[in-house]
Amino acid sequence: MKLYEYMAKEIFRNNGIPVPKGRVFTSSDEVAEFVAQIGPVAIKSQVLSGGRGKAGGIKFASDPQEAREKARELLATDIKGLKVDIILVEQKLSIEKELYLAITYDGARRKPLLIASAAGGVEIEQVAEELMIKRLIDINIGLQPYAAREITRQLGLKGQIAKEVADIMLKLYQTFRKYDAELIEINPLVVADSQALAADGKMTVDDDAAFRFGKDVPLVEEKTAVEKRAAELGISYVELDGEIGVMANGAGITMATLDLINEFGSSPRNFMDAGGGSSKEATASALEILLSTQPKALLINIFGGITRCDVVAKAIIQVKETMDIQVPLVIRLVGTNEEAGIALLREHGIETYRKIDEAVAKVVAFVKAKGA
Amino acid sequence: MAIIINETTKILVQGITGKQGQFHTSQMLASGSKVIGGISPGKGGQLVHGVPIYDTVEEAMLAEKAEASVIFVPAKQVKDCAFEAMDGGIKTLVIITEHVPLHDAMEIMAFAESKQVQIVGPNTFGLISPSKSKIGIMPNSIFIPGSVGVVARSGTLSYEIVSQLTNAGIGQSTVVGLGGDRVVGLSFIDVLAQFEADPETKAVVLVGEIGGNAEEEASVFIKTMSKPVIAFLAGKSAPPGKRMGHAGAIIERGKGTYDSKVVALKAAGAYVAALPWEVSDLVKQALTEETIPSQSI
Repeated sequence: MKLYEYMAKEIFRNNGIPVPKGRVFTSSDEVAEFVAQIGPVAIKSQVLSGGRGKAGGIKFASDPQEAREKARELLATDIKGLKVDIILVEQKLSIEKELYLAITYDGARRKPLLIASAAGGVEIEQVAEELMIKRLIDINIGLQPYAAREITRQLGLKGQIAKEVADIMLKLYQTFRKYDAELIEINPLVVADSQALAADGKMTVDDDAAFRFGKDVPLVEEKTAVEKRAAELGISYVELDGEIGVMANGAGITMATLDLINEFGSSPRNFMDAGGGSSKEATASALEILLSTQPKALLINIFGGITRCDVVAKAIIQVKETMDIQVPLVIRLVGTNEEAGIALLREHGIETYRKIDEAVAKVVAFVKAKGA
Repeated sequence: MAIIINETTKILVQGITGKQGQFHTSQMLASGSKVIGGISPGKGGQLVHGVPIYDTVEEAMLAEKAEASVIFVPAKQVKDCAFEAMDGGIKTLVIITEHVPLHDAMEIMAFAESKQVQIVGPNTFGLISPSKSKIGIMPNSIFIPGSVGVVARSGTLSYEIVSQLTNAGIGQSTVVGLGGDRVVGLSFIDVLAQFEADPETKAVVLVGEIGGNAEEEASVFIKTMSKPVIAFLAGKSAPPGKRMGHAGAIIERGKGTYDSKVVALKAAGAYVAALPWEVSDLVKQALTEETIPSQSI
């Protein structure tokens, strides 16, 4: 789950990482009053998208009047298709230096990874590899002060600023661990008025650790309504924008099914890994979700391993009889008891195939025929 | 021979009294696995499918020493159970559970490294050396013994490909599921190295998917292998930034794309199947080519 900048900064502040003075607004009404107190400001749209500055999502104002107008403008715009509902108004910094600092994980090395660079303030993807300092962290000992000192040395920092940046690193690592973060990023980490502070904040926390999140981790909804319903049912679902609704069991086989649909000249409406569930209820719910996205046809690809094909077939038949399915339905069914399953489905007029290529060719043909 | 597990491997099941634990214990026993004990705190002394239950791993290990353990407990209890197994002397640990928190997985892997434990998973179907031993949840019927090793990130896609091999009469030495999570124990390279060293294995099928750089890293090792590697990858059509079911299956910041993996694998000399049903033919082709001396002066 990605957190908004203002949420990340609230967490930073609570964990001793200095951030600029600022306040969150949902309307421009009280912005002027706040700016009168703190002087020139940066007004930052709160959207979960990178490259916000370039897309016009950050504006500056030097007086209360200007701040109110710019706040109103921002709250009326879309940034990369995302509506701006919240703005963060922060004191404008006189920046002397911009650094990059992040803690994430290295999947291949199975360890936390600290990334730092003296070339902050730009998208990290654009920073040359040789300007980045990467350091794996032994999770048993965590980030120790000596390691932070060494990184600040490599960053070319000296004196008081080196101490402050090292301290921010240590606190950032503690925050990374405390909040089960996947990524926690400060870009830029600035030196302004001879003080180091987090001018921006990005944080992604691990959904799988939600059971131990305290009240200080807010909830952010990233899913569409349909994705949310699927999640409630324990179905792994991603909305796409193609033609054919897809249900399969297993992430890999679902991905491979989507690839085949593309290969055969159509496009998938979704990714749906319905898992091993073969019950009538689970199948019905999954089909309901698929139909709600109005695909031109449906493809179900089941590899019955532990799950028996005849049981899956019965569930599909029952669902088809109770639900009004207007679009063509093609099923590929293979595995334990496949003959019984296929015979049952054929009796009920449902197209069934053993071979995945035949099933995909058929469902794509249906869509093409309809389009013609 | 086979890799990691064979007919002598003694196995514990942690979480044996749960629905999954019970069912898959019966399936493992049916496939010939030596399940010698189950762990379920508070239920010590009972039996599940004739397998004695213990309250703790230490108690089980006192009764009879096991080499391997498989974890079926809910995600939030996995870390504790994994530590318990490793502290108790287990050397091969299979974590079936999905949705293990990332930080827990990193802590588990760090402990495994210090204890020199091989971890398979989390979020894996497990592993099987057909007709010898199975530690996992895959259907027994699709596997036959033979000389092709299979290593995969995904479950049902592996079943699909293994069935195809079996239908074509190509048996498997060992089939290993690495797990679909971002941080897992054994990597492609760990398993490829064991297949390379296993005299019974003649070729290896690698089933990968988008996300991360595991396939790219594996390519570096494949280049050094004497045995042919045949790869199939899922996720060619996946849009960037979307997590395709597996936590690890996501194209982030332009990394982990299908093309990058295919390019790396081909450059390393692997056969890459563009479509899933091409795998068995490529295996046959690779095995035929291998028997012909490739160098002559």
